[in-house]
Amino acid sequence: MYAYDELDRTLINERVSEFRDQVKRRLSGELTEDEFKMLRLQNGVYLQLHAYMFRVAIPYGTLSSKQLRALARVGRRYDRGYGHFTTRQNIQFNWIKLAELPDALADLAEVGIHAMQTSGNNMRNVTSDQWAGVAPGEVEDPRIWSEILRQHTTLHPEFSFLPRKFKIAITASEHDRAAIKVHDIGLRLYKNAEGETGFEVLVGGGLGRTPFIGKTIKPFVHGRDILSYVEAILRVYNQYGRRDNIYKARIKILVHELGIEKFAREVDDEWKQMGDVGLTLDHSVIEEVRSRFSYPAYEKLPHMPDELKQAAHDPLFERWRRNSVFPHKVQGYSIVTLSLKPVGAPPGDATSDQMDAVADLADRYSFGEIRVGHEQNLCLPHVAKRDLPQLWKALDRIGLATPNVNLVTDIIACPGLDYCSLANARSIPIAQELTRRFANHDTAELIGRLHINISGCINACGHHHVGHIGILGVEKNGEEYYQITIGGRADEGAQMGTLIGPAIPYAEVADVIEDIVEAYLALRDRPEELFVDAVKRLGVEPFKERVYATR
Amino acid sequence: MVTANRTWDGVVIYRTAQQGWSANLSDAVIVRTSDEARTLLGEATADDVGAIGPYIAPVELKDGGEIKPGNLREHIRSEGLTIDLLPVPA
Repeated sequence: MYAYDELDRTLINERVSEFRDQVKRRLSGELTEDEFKMLRLQNGVYLQLHAYMFRVAIPYGTLSSKQLRALARVGRRYDRGYGHFTTRQNIQFNWIKLAELPDALADLAEVGIHAMQTSGNNMRNVTSDQWAGVAPGEVEDPRIWSEILRQHTTLHPEFSFLPRKFKIAITASEHDRAAIKVHDIGLRLYKNAEGETGFEVLVGGGLGRTPFIGKTIKPFVHGRDILSYVEAILRVYNQYGRRDNIYKARIKILVHELGIEKFAREVDDEWKQMGDVGLTLDHSVIEEVRSRFSYPAYEKLPHMPDELKQAAHDPLFERWRRNSVFPHKVQGYSIVTLSLKPVGAPPGDATSDQMDAVADLADRYSFGEIRVGHEQNLCLPHVAKRDLPQLWKALDRIGLATPNVNLVTDIIACPGLDYCSLANARSIPIAQELTRRFANHDTAELIGRLHINISGCINACGHHHVGHIGILGVEKNGEEYYQITIGGRADEGAQMGTLIGPAIPYAEVADVIEDIVEAYLALRDRPEELFVDAVKRLGVEPFKERVYATR
Repeated sequence: MVTANRTWDGVVIYRTAQQGWSANLSDAVIVRTSDEARTLLGEATADDVGAIGPYIAPVELKDGGEIKPGNLREHIRSEGLTIDLLPVPA
């Protein structure tokens, strides 16, 4: 956990007071909506179809049990008893009243949570690997660097009015769980041949209307220079990014139009010109931030405790353990993913009661710490293996032990037309129907790892481009239709999926996905060949033929 | 009709014939020409304190004068979510 200092607490509390005054002036008519809109957006407040939506940041996906209880309280007191975890380590409340928002923000400020820069054309929540600090083989905890960037870019005047929103993700593992290649800036922490810690810097990735995989702009930037280098990128973007056309305003368009070589030269020139502007990170500064992260006092525990051996006889426990429990860097401990994808429920939703219960379980079994991943699941990062059977039973009682992590029903979905004012089509009902179609866990395990991502419009909040199967909702003559892509992936081998053919109507989507999965099962060359690998080997044609031959 | 969201709580509202707002679609004033629609939108937009984001939306008039939303988006705004939520204790 990261302990906020007095400066952070003052900043958050001042922001609540400011926003309280702004809301008061808006409700009295002193501020028009045009004047107020930018102010509310900078505090994570959108207007959606039915109500205001309130987006709260969970920096690098780390929450304490106390913070999770505060989120539960906001859901219960100001909303309808639930919240929605997003693909960028945020939580959204869908039914909040503007008049009550300052109180909700004040409640969150008490536990060091805020909504600053969760919207608007500024630096958004700096995200990271949900296994940060506990993943085996990790170079070091990437959250230290996320926190340094968070501090530097929060309310930074130069970056508060960028051409468009800006998203950074950081990973320090070989396997990328933070989707860094589809961010405006992706940072991969590693040690070079000299043993120095630094970053491969990628730029210009992103999804939405014009998707791009990020390109490497610098193979190695020393850790001490990362702040100044990121600042140089932002300065070039600030200067040349398109402000005249919202669809061309993201940095990915600038990088694409200039070409990565020219863009890199511009950044290098800026970086040199900046000289020493006090952004070189002194060792003591890095260590100061590092020291504010606390880590559990792990016990010395056996690799295979008796409790686990006994529980292994229970096939239901074993099924859950196989796909929800992951290796930890410390012997005797595990990382446990809590699926927020029960059959028939909206992906990523959790009730306030579930949040409270998870907070209690985190206190009992995970040193009071919870993580949020971009796949819209939660995670307990420090669970002793001996406690796994008890934890499983407790999770099952609150509906959070669905054994489907990384399987076909572990679907990423945006809120879609049920909530979102930008959407053209619904996402959640498609996800719900698919979870019912593939509800049989034996079938899901037989299929193996398969990520389905669903977006209700081209803005791609459901990351459909990088789903193994991507589903994009479009509107045709007033009806909901869906384009299907296959072969996308968001990890270290990130790539965009390929469109298989014409869009299909709402009622046929689940049938089509079943057809694609059946084709895969028939075509894979061995059970271990993942869907995405089979698509790579075979191309889209066999799947396309299966889907459209009879339609 | 012209619809918007109520400023203080965001609830979906409809412009009425009395130059006010109602949360019931059945209270909405229905206009039939683009000139009428523009005039209605102008009035609605002038009420910047009470409503946010007014716009013209289609309706379907059933036999007997019942007003129904004219597209899926407005149906969802009027009738609510089309999905099953996790059960939340009352």
